[in-house]
Amino acid sequence: MPDYLPHTPDEVSSMLDFLGLDSLEHLFAHVPRALKLTQGLQLPDGESEPDVAERFRHYTNANKATLSEMVCFAGGGSYDHEVPAVVKSLGSRAEFVTAYTPYQPEVAQGVLQAIFEYQTMIARLSGLPIANASLYDGATALVEAVNMAAGSTSKETLLISSGVHPHWRAVVHTFAKGTGHRVVEVPLVDGRTEWSKVSSSDLTNAAAVVVAYPNYLGVLEDLGAAKDLSIRTDALFVVAGDPVAAGVLKTAGQWGADVFVGEGQPFGTALAFGGPYLGLFACTLDQIRRLPGRLVGETVDTRERRAFVTTLRAREQDIRREKATSNVCTNQTLMAVTAAIQLGWLGTYGMREVATRCAQGARYSFDQLVGIDGVTPVSTQPFFREFALRTPQKASTVLERLAGEGFLGGLALSALGSPDGSVAANDWEHSLIVAVTERRTKFEIDEFTTAFAKAVK
Amino acid sequence: MTAQPGGRASSAPLLGDDVEPTIFEMSVEGRHSYQLRTTDVPKSPLATLIPNEHLNNEVIALAQVSERDLVAHFTRLSHRQFAVDLGAYPLGSCTMKYNPKFCDAVAADPGLNSVHPGAPAPLVQGWLELLVDLEEKLCEITGMQAATLQPAAGAAGELTGLLLMRAYHEANNDQRRRVLIPDSAHGTNPASVTLGGYEVTTIPSGENGLVDLAALKAALGPDVAGIMLTNPNTVGLFEEEIEDIASAVHGVGGLLYYDGANLNAILGVVRPGDMGFDIVHMNLHKTFATPHGGGGPGAGPVAVSARLAEFLPGPKATRMNDGTYDWVAPSRSIGRVHGWHGNAMVLARALAYIDVHGGDGLTRIAQHAVLNANWLRKRLAATLPAAYDYPCMHECVLTASTIKASYGVRALDLAKRLLEEGFHAPTVYFPLIVDEALMFEPTETESLQTLEALASAIERIALLCASEPDVVRNAPQSTPVTRVDEARAARHLVTTEDAAGR
Repeated sequence: MPDYLPHTPDEVSSMLDFLGLDSLEHLFAHVPRALKLTQGLQLPDGESEPDVAERFRHYTNANKATLSEMVCFAGGGSYDHEVPAVVKSLGSRAEFVTAYTPYQPEVAQGVLQAIFEYQTMIARLSGLPIANASLYDGATALVEAVNMAAGSTSKETLLISSGVHPHWRAVVHTFAKGTGHRVVEVPLVDGRTEWSKVSSSDLTNAAAVVVAYPNYLGVLEDLGAAKDLSIRTDALFVVAGDPVAAGVLKTAGQWGADVFVGEGQPFGTALAFGGPYLGLFACTLDQIRRLPGRLVGETVDTRERRAFVTTLRAREQDIRREKATSNVCTNQTLMAVTAAIQLGWLGTYGMREVATRCAQGARYSFDQLVGIDGVTPVSTQPFFREFALRTPQKASTVLERLAGEGFLGGLALSALGSPDGSVAANDWEHSLIVAVTERRTKFEIDEFTTAFAKAVK
Repeated sequence: MTAQPGGRASSAPLLGDDVEPTIFEMSVEGRHSYQLRTTDVPKSPLATLIPNEHLNNEVIALAQVSERDLVAHFTRLSHRQFAVDLGAYPLGSCTMKYNPKFCDAVAADPGLNSVHPGAPAPLVQGWLELLVDLEEKLCEITGMQAATLQPAAGAAGELTGLLLMRAYHEANNDQRRRVLIPDSAHGTNPASVTLGGYEVTTIPSGENGLVDLAALKAALGPDVAGIMLTNPNTVGLFEEEIEDIASAVHGVGGLLYYDGANLNAILGVVRPGDMGFDIVHMNLHKTFATPHGGGGPGAGPVAVSARLAEFLPGPKATRMNDGTYDWVAPSRSIGRVHGWHGNAMVLARALAYIDVHGGDGLTRIAQHAVLNANWLRKRLAATLPAAYDYPCMHECVLTASTIKASYGVRALDLAKRLLEEGFHAPTVYFPLIVDEALMFEPTETESLQTLEALASAIERIALLCASEPDVVRNAPQSTPVTRVDEARAARHLVTTEDAAGR
């Protein structure tokens, strides 16, 4: 039986002797006998690492949608970006991987400084002064943002654009059952949020105006209109953004956002079947006392040397308990450290270059694909690196056919949720979203176009 | 004893006195390290792609460094960081055990790691089967019927559990208002209760560190939605009266929530489901092989009894009648609690860990974890007495109250000095109900030699408290930085390079 326990049988005996016990079972003498398992767990016996590795081959062989098998045009918050060897190597250093939360700053300066650098990068990309040390993912970061807004405004209605990813909206709905917030989804017209559809009572009670930039259909929303609405209603303006877009688009801060949230997966984290990812969170200074999660600050040690430490701890659950700003404890630090490394590797101009190439690839792909007979754009509005198309057949059928040609051709709206006001109900089953990153070549896009034309015949 | 301890890190190269520059301070205009694919995609000018009102004409400054300097910087930062892979990390309540590298290798396999989460189910059958297999094994380990794998961490699992509690009561047209929590609970418990829309009623612990059953019964009523318990509890003791607690709470129609922070102590010995719990969250990153990553990621699956299964978050990976796998939402699901399917790589690691150990191996983990904690507790009895005179489970809460009274040296000081001895500090000042608490959780992976070295180090520190208390009060001195000015960090808030004015 394989295990990783160090004690020899003699050592176990001597330790039991020291404790005056006859057997390991006696360590559990105070557990009521009636509750104890008598036959042990009904699980297979342990196997050696190479044996388990063989069995895992069964799982990996049954996964067809891997990057080596299929060219990826799927996005929706999870993108196939370049992750170089240097980032994988540094991000898997044992000192980062096997440390706990930095509660003892004297021996945790490595993680603390890496987080400080991460916070700086996210603050700059969001155009806001404060970024926290990470949350679970984009969707749950949005939940924290709307909770902040409700706390800040003492109001309860959340005006959420239907351009926010359907899964993220679903998560907000789930947690609103606990907080009692009222979630109002605002429909899109031609891919952009139609704020005029919000009722006057919902406007009065609005705690947050939430808009995605670009939205999940890829469209560049009119953030000026959303900002104006937030001012008019005295609500917080929350932008759920694609952080890669900050390489070329105006930042959330430039648009006047109070809070920026985003999915940080594009910064060095694998597709990983959806997790662990990285919840980005940034906000204005006046919201800092309501900030969820950990925050690293700079200070000095007793010898006046620069040092880093988690700060404003009185917001957090272990101190404030039921009055905490959030219940978050464990976050996604390793992904945040990895993001700092990836952004350090990309640097100022690499970030601009990646974003530019995404936009160029998306435009080139769009132009090819809408040239196919029967394929039409869902929206006429400008986009960045992702766009939605209407197909004559069901989108799921088109994607199935594309898979047969070696393409993960996008995401069908019908796989993300139910018709929801983001596109016309009768288009729902016939719409899919295509994403293009800097990794897609002209050759791949041309082949994809050929396969797409065949798939919609 | 001649063998040297494997878990003492006092020889580690925690280097030097100098400050490590930030990556921004190393930046040189025009230097770079990125390389991208050659794509031949037409290089249309940005102005033709993005309307002017959206275009940022300024480039956002990040840093400009060579790959060589990037590597040097983050490698030096890593040398300023303690980690389990360096040495023992007896941080109570955090289960900082050694995690097999094999589990990391499993998670790094592109057959799992390069799969897009939105790919259609027929293309990800391996992942779906893996998730179903893990769910079934976690249910066997906890004695429950069904589980969600979506919650990304323990606290996310707690809130999910409370929403399940709410959905269950509401489905029965039963309006309830309060959730009971012992005063020794983790802070996430009350914070989650508030977010779940309930009020916290705190139950005092008895003199013996266990739930005061009489106080519990007095607090019960028809408005109680449930109770959140950790068992073994946060002082490392098993709640022996759990059957009575369960029947009392069930008696008023409440549900029992099991905080799985301490599950490592009871693997294969006793199961939450058999104790009467209705909802259980697990911290896979503590118990099942994800090293904590400096603060995360984790994974906090929630398992439930049969009557709650229909409310679980969804969609869930499900084995269909024809043997294939698909996503299915439970009939009265509370909805999604994660953007995709949870922290999938952490889930894969956990399954690999469970498979390597098997049922018998998991039981040995609990046995050896409890053995180590009790050995350390007794070994240190003359130096740092246990807060409760009672056998502990996987962790022991000791108190420095006598040392503080005698020499004016606090638990925190002892913990700081221990860092210089090559060990990570224990958890201090938790649980809140113990004066000058030091909570040690050695875990099952530390050897007898390491435990002995840890105990000897603590004895040396105790002697130092008598002879040279200032050395302990001013510890550590040999670490990359000495004690940091936390008050200044909060008063002059600098959380970015820009705020620092650099």
